[in-house]
Amino acid sequence: MPDFTQLAPSDREAMLAAVGISDPRDLFADVPADARYPALDLPPALAELELERHLGELAARNVSARDWSCFIGAGAYDHYAPAAVGHIMGLPNFYTSYTPYQPEVSQGTLQAMFEFQSLVCELFGMDAANASVYDGASAVGEAVLMAQRISRRDRVVLAGSVNPQSRAVVSAYVSGRNVELVSSRVVLDGELREERVVDLIDDDTACVVVQQPDYFGHVRDLNGLAEIVHQRGALLVVGVGDATSLGVLKTPGDWGADIATAEGQALGLPLQFGGPWAGLMACRAEHIRQLPGRIAGQTNDHESRRGFVLTLQAREQHIRREKATSNICTSQTLLAIGITAYLSLMGPAGLREVARQSHAKAVYAAGRIEQLDGYRVLTPEPFYNELLVETPLDGETLRHRLVDKRLLAGVALGRDFPGAGLDGAILLAFTERQTRAQIDQLVEALAEVTA
Amino acid sequence: MTTTLPEAPATGLTPEPLLIELSQPGVAGHQLPTLDVPAADDDFPLQVTRPRLELPRLGELDVIRHFTHLAQRNYSIDSVFYPLGSCTMKYNPRINEDVARLPGIAHIHPLQPEETVHGALELMFELQRLLAEITGFQATTLQPAAGAQGEFAGMLMLRAYHRARGDTKRRKVLVPDSAHGTNPATAAMCGFYTVAIPTDPDGNVDQARLEAELGDDVVGLMLTNPNTLGLFERHLRDVTDAVHRAGGLVYGDGANLNAILGVVKPADMGFDCLHINTHKTFSTPHGAGGPGAGPVVVGELLEPFLPVPVVARRADGRFTLDLDRPASIGRLKGFHGHFGILARAYTYIRLHGADGLRRISETAVLNANYLRALLSDLYELPYDRTCMHEFVLSARRQKQRNGVRTLDIAKRLIDFGMHPPTIYFPLIVEEALMIEPTEAESRRTLDTFVAAMRRIAEEAGTDPSLLLNAPHHQVVGRLDEVQAARKPIVRW
Repeated sequence: MPDFTQLAPSDREAMLAAVGISDPRDLFADVPADARYPALDLPPALAELELERHLGELAARNVSARDWSCFIGAGAYDHYAPAAVGHIMGLPNFYTSYTPYQPEVSQGTLQAMFEFQSLVCELFGMDAANASVYDGASAVGEAVLMAQRISRRDRVVLAGSVNPQSRAVVSAYVSGRNVELVSSRVVLDGELREERVVDLIDDDTACVVVQQPDYFGHVRDLNGLAEIVHQRGALLVVGVGDATSLGVLKTPGDWGADIATAEGQALGLPLQFGGPWAGLMACRAEHIRQLPGRIAGQTNDHESRRGFVLTLQAREQHIRREKATSNICTSQTLLAIGITAYLSLMGPAGLREVARQSHAKAVYAAGRIEQLDGYRVLTPEPFYNELLVETPLDGETLRHRLVDKRLLAGVALGRDFPGAGLDGAILLAFTERQTRAQIDQLVEALAEVTA
Repeated sequence: MTTTLPEAPATGLTPEPLLIELSQPGVAGHQLPTLDVPAADDDFPLQVTRPRLELPRLGELDVIRHFTHLAQRNYSIDSVFYPLGSCTMKYNPRINEDVARLPGIAHIHPLQPEETVHGALELMFELQRLLAEITGFQATTLQPAAGAQGEFAGMLMLRAYHRARGDTKRRKVLVPDSAHGTNPATAAMCGFYTVAIPTDPDGNVDQARLEAELGDDVVGLMLTNPNTLGLFERHLRDVTDAVHRAGGLVYGDGANLNAILGVVKPADMGFDCLHINTHKTFSTPHGAGGPGAGPVVVGELLEPFLPVPVVARRADGRFTLDLDRPASIGRLKGFHGHFGILARAYTYIRLHGADGLRRISETAVLNANYLRALLSDLYELPYDRTCMHEFVLSARRQKQRNGVRTLDIAKRLIDFGMHPPTIYFPLIVEEALMIEPTEAESRRTLDTFVAAMRRIAEEAGTDPSLLLNAPHHQVVGRLDEVQAARKPIVRW
């Protein structure tokens, strides 16, 4: 049985003798005898060869986005990642190292973290970023807690067009605290309508959270929002939808955000059924000491050589314990390295092209879908790469029928927006990956399954 | 006359420029296909488009070289002995990585219809069961992204349990003074306050001090076992019984689970839940500081409060993501957890079976005790007992006699080609060195570490400057952390 131990029987004996015992079970004398060595009902060990077969079979019972076209988005996007990204994340000196507690032997990780933070700041138009948090949804959760610390207020206004996953996470993140959570209502009333968040702000509001592009793919005009939020003494949190949109769209900084977040998955990370990905999180300079998570900083050694260290650790749990900004310990460093590799391979022109193509495909699809009987695009213009589409069926039913057409398409909204009249709608996402022929196939399938 | 180079080429051992310093106008590292639908470039009005975007511009080879150089500037498990206590830096089997890259694992969307992800759901369902069996619990959530988030999930469940019984006055969380910093930080995130319980002279929770703090205001106790001194709590059942008598629950921090696989089930010792760090116990890569995964296993008292979704098996045998859990604490991250990491953990468990897991823990504990036996004459061992998978030395003697600190010993170890142990933790041991060899190391590697530690103890007496100026051969020397924190430079 392969257990990845490397002691010969003679080593074991000699080592037990060095410890002064003869039976390894004597190492566990402190464990109560009646609880020691319990029966363990596990399947028998498999050899690597058998395991490869077993996992291969399990994997083959999933339909991957390489098997069928994938038009599902809603927070995770099937963009293309250049081959080099995976190979860089596969460098063993990255993936088999740990948090850079000893900077002299972790300069690679620390410099990559610093580069990642720099790229996040540039993408977001912000001053300071951390080295990532768990994912985009928990980044919004952390942003809300951060805004609560800064403002010392306990009311949070969330736009209803923020991803429901993020809204659920915010709700759990504040559940232990005395926080009032207010959400603007979304309703389909002929067209898609959303209550204005500015009407929900009061003088106890800690922050307003909006998403751009929003959950329905709409690119919102956020001009003037920050002024209103700031006049009431609150903070503006802008969560970015598909992060590739930052190739063309205004940054959270441009909109006057105090804290910016995004899910980093779209920037070169595989879908992986939901993770691991990386939450991007940045803020204005004056709030850096309230930012949670690991942060790499530049400094020098005694010979004035440039180097990097984990910095501002007085914010963190291992120093401050119950007074820390968050309990977060690890960032998502390997994924942050992947995103850094992706952005450096794409460059500004490449990222702009990803955004340009993703948008053009959505526009093409919208034009064709609008011509179908019973279908209507509900996302107002301008949209980025996602469309909320009214369908003649129940959204959940439709998606299953599309499986029969060998398509992974559509997210149903009934569960996440109860009473909003969205049961018959689905959300469709487009990226540079899908060809015109694949989009045509989707449009034909939509027509056929409701014919 | 010799030709001077315009710049010294970076090799990983010489200073590596930042990406932005390597940028060259007009260069691109990737090319997309030509757009095959009509362009829609003028759709966005100026008020929503960004005027500029400054990302580095590099070719693919230069990107690869840059990251190769950066990787060369790291120590890793694959390159050196990495006895970082409390982190379980064990070997990461390569089969795990191959599994995670299968298209049916790597390229499935979390919102696909369930009939297209049966394999993934079955894997998660099975992993839930395996983790519950290994630890003796009833049910599992795979959602938490890391150990700290597992703690958050667990403590929110404790909160929900008390509130469901109409008991809203409990706000006090007891945490031993040897605990990880995440424990009190987590309690604070849940709106609780913490009281530290001292450690007794044998390295156990001080039972009398614990009992004195117990009352009807206590949420529960957060306990790491084996504890951060590397010791199995000798009176563990007395501790958990006392907490239960006061109406509190016992949260288990499973950071040190690698010591007790197949040896004892935490549920049998009175824990009500436990988080598991898959990147420690179940060999998923540490990734330079994440991603981890922090599943939480619970007993029946807490099962109703598990985060959503939980993978369930329907009457027809099919697996489904169960979102209809009215008492659930909700959702702590997007989607279903770090599936790519969980697939690796599942692979590792299936590779071992019950006997294999038991052998892992026995070997991890043997390796730690071997090092302890061979080092405790030169370094102080504040708690002199058979240890579990790790132990804590103190360099107090070296500090008093030779004027060198634990930090200096750690830096000198780097010169000998080893990653230092965890230092200055747990906080209750002065000049602490927390050493965890894991089961994966050969006796030869362990002996080399012992020789290095003994030599360093000698050098501390004969030539302490060797320690004080270490490391001597790295790409940078000791860095000015005070300057970094005082005037933070966190981006280019």
